[in-house]
Amino acid sequence: MTSASFTPGRVARLSILGLGALVFLAPYIFMVSTAGKAQSDIFTSSLSLIPQQWFYVQNFAKALSRVSMGRLLMNGVVVCALILVFQVVIAIPCAYAMAKLKFRAARALMVLVMLGLLVPIHATALPLYVAFDRAGALNSYVALVAPFTISVFGIFLFLQFFRAMPDDLIHAARLDGMSEPGIIARVIVPNAWPAVTAFSIFSVVAHWNDLYWPLIVVSNQAYATPPLGLLYFRAAEAGDDYGALMAATLIITFPLVAAFLLAQKRFVEGITMTGLKG
Amino acid sequence: MSALSLRNIEKSFGGNHILKGVTLDAGPGEFIALVGPSGCGKSTLLRILAGLETADSGDILIAGRDMTAAHAADRNIAMVFQSYALYPHLTAAQNIAVPLVMRRLTRARRLPFLGRMMPGQRKAVADIHRDVRDMAASLKIDHLLDRKPGQMSGGQRQRVALARAMVRRPSIFLMDEPLSNLDANLRVHARGEIVDLHRRAGVPTLYVTHDQAEALSMADRVAVMIGGSLLQLASPQVIYEDPQHVEVAKFIGQPRINLIASQVEDGATVALGGTRCRLVDRAAAAGSAVTLGIRPEFVSVSRQGNEGLPARIERLEFLGSEVIVYCRLDAIGETMVAKVTPAEGADLSPGVPVRLTADARHIFVFSKDGSRLAAAPLSSIVTREALHG
Ligand SMILES: Nc1ncnc2c1ncn2[C@@H]1O[C@H](COP(=O)(O)OP(=O)(O)O)[C@@H](O)[C@H]1O
Ligand SMILES: [Mg+2]
Repeated sequence: MTSASFTPGRVARLSILGLGALVFLAPYIFMVSTAGKAQSDIFTSSLSLIPQQWFYVQNFAKALSRVSMGRLLMNGVVVCALILVFQVVIAIPCAYAMAKLKFRAARALMVLVMLGLLVPIHATALPLYVAFDRAGALNSYVALVAPFTISVFGIFLFLQFFRAMPDDLIHAARLDGMSEPGIIARVIVPNAWPAVTAFSIFSVVAHWNDLYWPLIVVSNQAYATPPLGLLYFRAAEAGDDYGALMAATLIITFPLVAAFLLAQKRFVEGITMTGLKG
Repeated sequence: MSALSLRNIEKSFGGNHILKGVTLDAGPGEFIALVGPSGCGKSTLLRILAGLETADSGDILIAGRDMTAAHAADRNIAMVFQSYALYPHLTAAQNIAVPLVMRRLTRARRLPFLGRMMPGQRKAVADIHRDVRDMAASLKIDHLLDRKPGQMSGGQRQRVALARAMVRRPSIFLMDEPLSNLDANLRVHARGEIVDLHRRAGVPTLYVTHDQAEALSMADRVAVMIGGSLLQLASPQVIYEDPQHVEVAKFIGQPRINLIASQVEDGATVALGGTRCRLVDRAAAAGSAVTLGIRPEFVSVSRQGNEGLPARIERLEFLGSEVIVYCRLDAIGETMVAKVTPAEGADLSPGVPVRLTADARHIFVFSKDGSRLAAAPLSSIVTREALHG
């Protein structure tokens, strides 16, 4: 890059963006800093980002030893992966049918999808809890995964994406001899990667960070997801070892940050939905 | 037996009556161009024929068999779409191979890993590769086989789409404006190629276009469709020289035919300037309204004499081998177009008063509902009557 590209306008724009980023990142930076401080350091009156003594090793050691961090992360991965797979496998055919097939109930289904978007999990939590309780399925992966397998948001997102796919592409596939499931597998999915990636990120972030639902259906530590595990961490450790708590938080947010950085390009592609144009 | 027949195909979308009883027969190996203005239902008809859309009523017979209810894949019809509709995630070779893979390999053989272990798989796949390469070679796209559609030009995509449609030897070949996305030079070149390809393959072809020149130049027979009805199906020459409906005459031919509102006069004659014709069956009563049509090449323009319609030249278009003359008929407030040779046009210029004469042998008479009325030049009728006594 040449120095000529740093025009005053560009510098101004970059500084505003940088400032915005700093505001949004401040809590995270503070967390990183606190995770490296000793207890006494945290409670000093002066506010400094650089720890006076480097306490990272001790804090991470505490975080890893006091709760079974491996178990938490594993649960998080299993639950998020199962939810994502079911959501995609169910939402793609639904969205395809609504976007590209003609059937009488299409309009009614569309209305139902829109209504479904309006209903938050908090509204259905109680009946679901009672149902899982009766079925004896509390404290299980089923209870953590099942309520989220049908994602109305997923159907809606894929529906919008599929609508933009040309009808002729599907007509050509039919003439070439593909069945409808064949069209989904061979034409729709390979061309829907941007949408799938975008949806995956929304889904994984939402369920990795979800505390509400695991708190309701899980009381056994063996099935705790990472955010729930943090709660146990606090409860178990008489309160206020913030250094270790922040270290634990860093550990459980790390997979998401890493995944986002790796898939950044695809994520942006998926959000702007330009994957199929041109 | 005809390779394809459509019987009374009707289709409405919502309340819009799009196809109004279309009937069409294509012989074995015939190249039929379906031409009409945009929105007249051509693509809808093709989609119905291909089984991608269902007609409200009517029958479709392919090689004598009723296919009205058959699934698209079972009709063995191939289609080239206006947008080409190539699979964006596959290379050209893979695109061309799709119809072969779907037809020749069983469901189990198409499975990603298991398929490879089935007996005879290698031979089947090798055959597909060979057929794809042969097809590509005959269309001169060998060098494109590893590219994806996004990396090809419009002309290259069009050829790949042609190859994908031809490779499985369909029983009928449909093309929906395959050249409309190409630039003008390439389009004229591609016309010839498609005609050649058709001649070699001998597959009956229905070629949709809104470009009348394309239809006339490529097809064995031209079907003119206007507003959801097939108005005429005949050879290009007959369509041009003997249109059976005013809309056909209007749509075919460039520059457009001159149409002048007129009335039937006594003795079942009509007159255009000094030129007179008599209606052969004398069906129309005197005073009934008719439209007279005369193609620009049969209008002669002269600066001398006082025969013919008085007019004033508005504008001249020099096209090299011919000159198009736009003349204003001030008396009836119409514009008439004449096509003359550059030599004849040499002494013409805008504003000049001229006399226009129509060649009586080429005047078409259309009744009020648009249908053609047989008419003959008055002089020849006179001679014939004189001859027969
Ligand atoms: N799926 C559809 N739903 C509603 N109207 C349609 C549909 N397909 C085509 N039409 C209408 O039918 C008419 C003919 O369309 P089309 O067959 O594409 O015309 P052409 O190919 O001759 O330009 C148009 O007015 C179009 O709006
Ligand atoms: Mg069309």
